[in-house]
Amino acid sequence: MSKAEIKSPLPGMFYRRPSPDSAPFKNDGDAVSAADVIGIVEVMKSFHEVTAGIDGKAIRFLVDDADAVMAGQALAEVEA
Amino acid sequence: MTISSVLIANRGEIAVRIIRAAKALGLRTVQVYSHADAGSLAVQLADEAIDIGPPAAKKSYLNIEAVLAAARAAKVDAIHPGYGFLSENADFAEAVVAAGMKFVGPDASAIRLLGDKVVARQVAARAGVPTVPGSDGRVSDITEAAAIVARIGFPVMIKAAAGGGGRGIRIAHTLEDFERHFPQASAEAAAAFGDGGLYIEKVIEKARHVEVQILGDGRNFVHCYERECSLQRRRQKVWEEAPAAGLPADVRESLCDSAVALARSVGYSGAGTVEYLYDDASRDFYFIEVNTRIQVEHPATEMITGLDLVQEMLRIAGGQPLSVRQEDISIAGHAIECRINAEDPHRGFMPGPGTVETLVVPRGEGIRFDTMLFAGYTVPPFYDSLLGKLIVHGSDRAACLAKLRTALAGLRITGIPTTVPLHQALAADADVAAGRFHTRFLEDWLETKFAASAGGAREVA
Repeated sequence: MSKAEIKSPLPGMFYRRPSPDSAPFKNDGDAVSAADVIGIVEVMKSFHEVTAGIDGKAIRFLVDDADAVMAGQALAEVEA
Repeated sequence: MTISSVLIANRGEIAVRIIRAAKALGLRTVQVYSHADAGSLAVQLADEAIDIGPPAAKKSYLNIEAVLAAARAAKVDAIHPGYGFLSENADFAEAVVAAGMKFVGPDASAIRLLGDKVVARQVAARAGVPTVPGSDGRVSDITEAAAIVARIGFPVMIKAAAGGGGRGIRIAHTLEDFERHFPQASAEAAAAFGDGGLYIEKVIEKARHVEVQILGDGRNFVHCYERECSLQRRRQKVWEEAPAAGLPADVRESLCDSAVALARSVGYSGAGTVEYLYDDASRDFYFIEVNTRIQVEHPATEMITGLDLVQEMLRIAGGQPLSVRQEDISIAGHAIECRINAEDPHRGFMPGPGTVETLVVPRGEGIRFDTMLFAGYTVPPFYDSLLGKLIVHGSDRAACLAKLRTALAGLRITGIPTTVPLHQALAADADVAAGRFHTRFLEDWLETKFAASAGGAREVA
């Protein structure tokens, strides 16, 4: 069983939901495909979608909704 | 003056600007900061600095309780809110006063009145200020709406009463368009803002954005002439001038007088800006809104009038009457302000926070750079991308542009992307030099001229 990390492409604020009242893009344990959006990074008031970039059976988030993140920081890991 | 200390409830370049003005008046300065701003220039310059929480603005700079707790702990007499954040929050202004301090700005009631777009339009109309032809307030149904449209003509904007900042706007060019958009707009506004109320305004095509700087002390009201901010991208101002190029003298007089009439009608206290659309072809101007705070582009006005607007705000909050009468204020020369943002204009204006490696600032008579940068400073990703403002003053617009080109060539910021190349291209453009622009000019220009000058291969979103 191999694991891959999904890293933040940008520094900023990481959001797991499309808007504060919406359901999260993904929950821990959900399957993902490479093109799936798993979150949004807000950098200087502009919003950038983060895609999984890899197919996997289960995703596990390493940061909470609305956490500050650095560029290159692991946001989640995916079981291939 | 009744105040001897002030807390700055903001960050970035405007916090630095307010500290400098406060120190010039001999006030003790207290800077609040989030964890992302502990090493900021404002924190270094202030007499005291107080931690108010995590980087996210809603947990720090927008947290009314945290800001008030800091103000009480530091025993300040006043709070300056800057722009953005809590600056136009009437509840905050009220809470500051309830806590026994002065809010550097107008009364909560004036903020509330002028902050409601439909009410502000009615206040303007009552003060004799021309408003964009349209409905007198909310329109209840499509029959009433269609009658208004028949009177004002197409194209029209259908706007959400609860919208703002460009959200909740639809444009209709024909009656069929209108009949299709109106019910959709109402449903969308109800979903997005919890209020399906709509109002209607005629679209003023190829308009310029002009705005009048006002000052009031509750009894006396003056204008400090106008600025033009037509060069905008996604409704964000990029380049501002004072005065507006090519505004006829008689139009300037009636425009500025209308802003003073509006200020007087609400007993305005503090600095404010009345924004208008101006139609070159008909020489008509129309009220848009009032901003009840200091604006980013206020230095352009300071350069042509010699006033210090932030010091004036602090003096007004300290109970002093205006230091100037209308006849003391006049226009000398021309000023241009370029907003320098941490964005890459060659990559769709992608924001680029990070560490500034070198900073070389141009110096000389009539050149000013308002900034929070220093070499080695790391620009955090959590706030807006404004790094600083280059403001240049010349004896006339042509001299100002020539000086601006030299100043831009002398401004060097490395380590992060900036919009300096965008301003260099604008300052060299023939249409800009001739003052041939309107509020839609810049976006077209970016897609055509700027994209071509950047080599074509690079994407300009």
